[in-house]
Amino acid sequence: MKRPDGRKPEDLRPMEAKVGVIENATGSAMFRIGNTIAIAGVYGPREMHPKRLEDPEKSVIKCYYDMYSFSVPERKRPGPDRRSIELSMVIRNALEPAILTKEFPKSGIDIFVSIIQADAGTRCAAITAASMALADAGIPMKDLVCAVACGNVRDTAVADLNKEEEDVELTTDIPIAYMPRAKKITLLQADGDLTAERFKEALKLGIQGCEQIYELQKKALREKYQVSGEMIEDKD
Amino acid sequence: MIRDNSKGYILELAKKGVRDDGRGLLNYRDIKIEYDISNNAEGSAAVTIGKTRVVCGVKLSTGEPYPDKPDEGSIVVNAEFAPISSPTFEPGAPGEESIELARVVDRGIRESRAVDFKKLCIKSGEKMWMVMIDLYIQNHDGNLIDAAALAAIAALTKAKFPKYDMETDTIDYHEHKKDKLPLVRHPIACTIHKMNGTLFVDPTFDEEALSDARLTVTVSEDGNINAMQKGGQAGLSEDEILKGVEIALEKSNEIRKHLK
Repeated sequence: MKRPDGRKPEDLRPMEAKVGVIENATGSAMFRIGNTIAIAGVYGPREMHPKRLEDPEKSVIKCYYDMYSFSVPERKRPGPDRRSIELSMVIRNALEPAILTKEFPKSGIDIFVSIIQADAGTRCAAITAASMALADAGIPMKDLVCAVACGNVRDTAVADLNKEEEDVELTTDIPIAYMPRAKKITLLQADGDLTAERFKEALKLGIQGCEQIYELQKKALREKYQVSGEMIEDKD
Repeated sequence: MIRDNSKGYILELAKKGVRDDGRGLLNYRDIKIEYDISNNAEGSAAVTIGKTRVVCGVKLSTGEPYPDKPDEGSIVVNAEFAPISSPTFEPGAPGEESIELARVVDRGIRESRAVDFKKLCIKSGEKMWMVMIDLYIQNHDGNLIDAAALAAIAALTKAKFPKYDMETDTIDYHEHKKDKLPLVRHPIACTIHKMNGTLFVDPTFDEEALSDARLTVTVSEDGNINAMQKGGQAGLSEDEILKGVEIALEKSNEIRKHLK
């Protein structure tokens, strides 16, 4: 089966990742997959605001997902809505298992993700970008978190649906987030209509996709820190 | 906020007429414009001035003309001081700073009639194009007004009309016509700051925190002033205001050259 943009079922769209895109942030990253672009900025660990939400055991993670008003064909009203509030929560839940929050008791870590351009898969792009931003911020983590959607389009399991595929009737969209080293899934949502067998196939493609994204994340992080790495070697 | 140790240093330098990054008082940091940064917008641009980065996207939709201007379209400017861009911004509804910025940018475009509003009329008294100009701060290192006003004009220069079907009153955002938004003037905002009695432009975040007063002057290519806004606590003398206008006239021409 050929997909609308000519990809094979397991193919992801072309990707690009860059670490260090927001000067003021403690850590930041950009991730592009096809026509979806996300930028993430992490601030912290810093003093918790408001103080009463402080946790004596660990750092409190807050996450804000925001779609630019002009990221979609029909202008979206700027600011949070019900969808972005839910997505902010599932993104936080997807990332938190990877973060060693006990290292920084009483502090807060704020994760902000902006969607500059949307063509499906924005929450997954947000997680992928945010995970790189957390690493860039130097926050201790067990693993990177990679995310991509998989699903069932026209009775075929596919990875990384674009908007056109998402809009096909009876499509099932299954965004997943994955920690490749621990082999743990930290986000799983689905809406549609599919058999257990097809779900199994789709999930496999999703995990494969995440593994590819993982390689790109590591490469982007190395690209930023390579220069300083060479300097250290030179001294020796 | 500004670190205490750099505060005295910057103030001391201002007295001598120098700046901690070695710039002259009337020199901007490097200005860069990137176009088409978001393809679902009718037009978009990102402006960086030093480490400050502001992006703008223009979306078009249709609406009913205002009763007092039945033959004209309209603009709406909105600015998001997103907390991703600065540790000093909090999530939540737009504050007074972001509303002021949006309104200053709005007035520059509106009063210069940079957009030919008459050409945005689809049917007199019934249908017009609404130009929604949305600004997002991506990194805040001072001088947001100048960066935002430039980003808005840059995005407008690239904006194209989406396909519109008058019969059904529907817009197809996936298809854009070749004709661009009728942009006839290019107003540029230049903000002059005063610190310790010294006038200067393009403050960094730290310099801006120590600025006593500011004056934004928006100027079109013919040298006419289209909008002004005084900000900050301190007052400005007549001489300082006239000097500010003189600086803005010169600087706005330099800044405008960055537009493609």
